[in-house]
Amino acid sequence: MISRTRLRAMARKEWIQLKRDPRSMILAFVLPLLLLVFFGYAITWDVEDLPLAVVDEDGTQVTRELTDVLQATGDFRIIHRPESRQVADQLLIRNSVRGVLVIPPGFTVRLQGGRAAEIQMLVDGSDANTATIALNTADAILGRFARNAVLQGRSANLPVRAEPRIWYNPTLESRNMIVPGLVAVIMSIIAAMLTALTIAREWERGTMEQLASTPVARVEVVLGKLLPYLLIGLFDVAVTVTAGMILFGTPLNGSVLELAVYTLLFLTGALGLGIFISAAVKSQVLATQIAMVATYLPAVLLSGFLFEITSMPAVLQGVTYLIPARYFITVTRGIFLKGVGVEVLWAQGLFMAAFAALGLGLATRVFRKELPS
Amino acid sequence: MAEPRPVVVEELTRRFGDFTAVDRVSFQVGRGEIFGFLGPNGAGKTTTIKMLTGLLEPTEGRGWVAGLDVHGQRREIRARIGYMSQRFSLYPDLTIRENIDLFGGLYGVAGTRLEARRRWILEMAELQGQEGSVTGTLPLGFKQRLALGTAIIHEPAILFLDEPTSGVDPVARRRFWDLIDGFSHRGVTVFVSTHYMEEAEYCHRLALMNRGRLIALDTPRRLREEEARIRGSDPSSAPPPSLEEVFISRVEREGGAVLG
Ligand SMILES: Nc1ncnc2c1ncn2[C@@H]1O[C@H](COP(=O)(O)OP(=O)(O)OP(=O)(O)O)[C@@H](O)[C@H]1O
Ligand SMILES: [Mg+2]
Repeated sequence: MISRTRLRAMARKEWIQLKRDPRSMILAFVLPLLLLVFFGYAITWDVEDLPLAVVDEDGTQVTRELTDVLQATGDFRIIHRPESRQVADQLLIRNSVRGVLVIPPGFTVRLQGGRAAEIQMLVDGSDANTATIALNTADAILGRFARNAVLQGRSANLPVRAEPRIWYNPTLESRNMIVPGLVAVIMSIIAAMLTALTIAREWERGTMEQLASTPVARVEVVLGKLLPYLLIGLFDVAVTVTAGMILFGTPLNGSVLELAVYTLLFLTGALGLGIFISAAVKSQVLATQIAMVATYLPAVLLSGFLFEITSMPAVLQGVTYLIPARYFITVTRGIFLKGVGVEVLWAQGLFMAAFAALGLGLATRVFRKELPS
Repeated sequence: MAEPRPVVVEELTRRFGDFTAVDRVSFQVGRGEIFGFLGPNGAGKTTTIKMLTGLLEPTEGRGWVAGLDVHGQRREIRARIGYMSQRFSLYPDLTIRENIDLFGGLYGVAGTRLEARRRWILEMAELQGQEGSVTGTLPLGFKQRLALGTAIIHEPAILFLDEPTSGVDPVARRRFWDLIDGFSHRGVTVFVSTHYMEEAEYCHRLALMNRGRLIALDTPRRLREEEARIRGSDPSSAPPPSLEEVFISRVEREGGAVLG
């Protein structure tokens, strides 16, 4: 039913047009790298001079030494010494400080008695990266402090531990989580922007009617338009993975092949949706805007890429189940970081296959008026 | 075995909501005929052509193109005809050769046949040696002939041209009609709509449309003779009315009838 000659003619034409359109070229090849660098580095600023509040509920010579050590490293700047945790919480909420160190009463006694001596570090988890680094840094400093204390014969061998109390983002996503998530975001952008640019153009220029007057079938038009973008999508995934490894050391623990298959599924659905939108509104500008709202924004905001789903309001959490990027990000993170495959991610795979089928169906249907059969 | 008539239309109707764009139109076109479609803006010419080229589903009535039903065999029809739309849209960002090859592929023309057809189109459009130029920068007259070439790359026996010469200079128009004449001599049926009266003279038969209805259908000569008779002028002394005059008075009479 599908003619290979016609399909090849469509795909070739689409590829040539893509190649000659600077906007598309930038979207396809430059934007992914820019995003990678932007998200990668924006989230990995070194923690230096982090404003800190210290609630010293113990108030001994030892705890004063400890805060001095913290201050002296240059990583933290103690700018407040509030009386109570409540006041400290307010400082954190108002963003006056980025972290609160709470030294509980009895800390010194426990330390000197050789028992586990814990302090608490409260950080604002909505800035996941800063929070992680703050915690790790504090942990390291306190560890050193404890070891010194041991060396000075002042305590037994149990270390001081920073016990994190984190707001908003309990898993603390680091940039390792960013790279796999970015794969999904980049795919959404490609799908939304590229299809909007090239498909609405067919109507704006009247070429759709000329196409429709040939015996080309709907499926051939849709598949012909899809193929070049699928290729670009795979290429972008390869680039993102490689760049992620080189720039950020993000490992790819799972199978490249599985990643490619899931990517193709996601991309097919997203492209189909893009085709549907741009064919329905028939204007490049409008199509780009709607596509942004319909695919790109959810991929960034509701997929778990930037904001932890479990900390969203219940209604929004429900909405995320309808966002294909949510499943795709679970898949990419699983494959990248945990090295798991279809044996764990089959449910996501099923959902994404359904999404791909829906996208293809919508895209094909939307040409019903123009292209019979 | 008799070949089916290229175009047969019976009471063909197309409505957009309450508005009737084409109202119970009936006619037949014979093989090798140049069939002209005339009418003021909005008369329903494009709508009729779209129904005959498989681009638009008729609301009512029946029609056959190359013996194929305009209701159920739209895709088959599209493979058998050539259609050049009012905007004759090629892809402006593709080169001349890429446009030719694209439509070749879409019509299933490949291999040595494609090569031969490509050579023929380039020669016909006088674009030899320019295959690599981007189509968007071509002068309109060249674009128009290239569009004609791509529309008939599969050598269809029936050709639908919707105002193919609009915006093209008179010399280019003249040459375009020489081409059409050539096709007709080789047995190709040409269905063409136009606004230019001097082009109407080249047609074997003319259909006059107004407000969705067919108000006259005859050869240019007989249309003129009839007009002269209606005016009551002596055919031997007074100059025969021009097609333009025929056209205007027909539409005016029709308009009066519709209003009255
Ligand atoms: N898709 C549509 N929806 C609603 N009305 C339409 C549609 N297509 C055409 N029409 C209307 O049908 C009427 C006939 O249009 P058509 O394009 O067939 O005229 P035409 O004779 O080709 O005119 P022109 O010489 O300007 O090309 C017009 O009034 C037009 O507005
Ligand atoms: Mg028209």
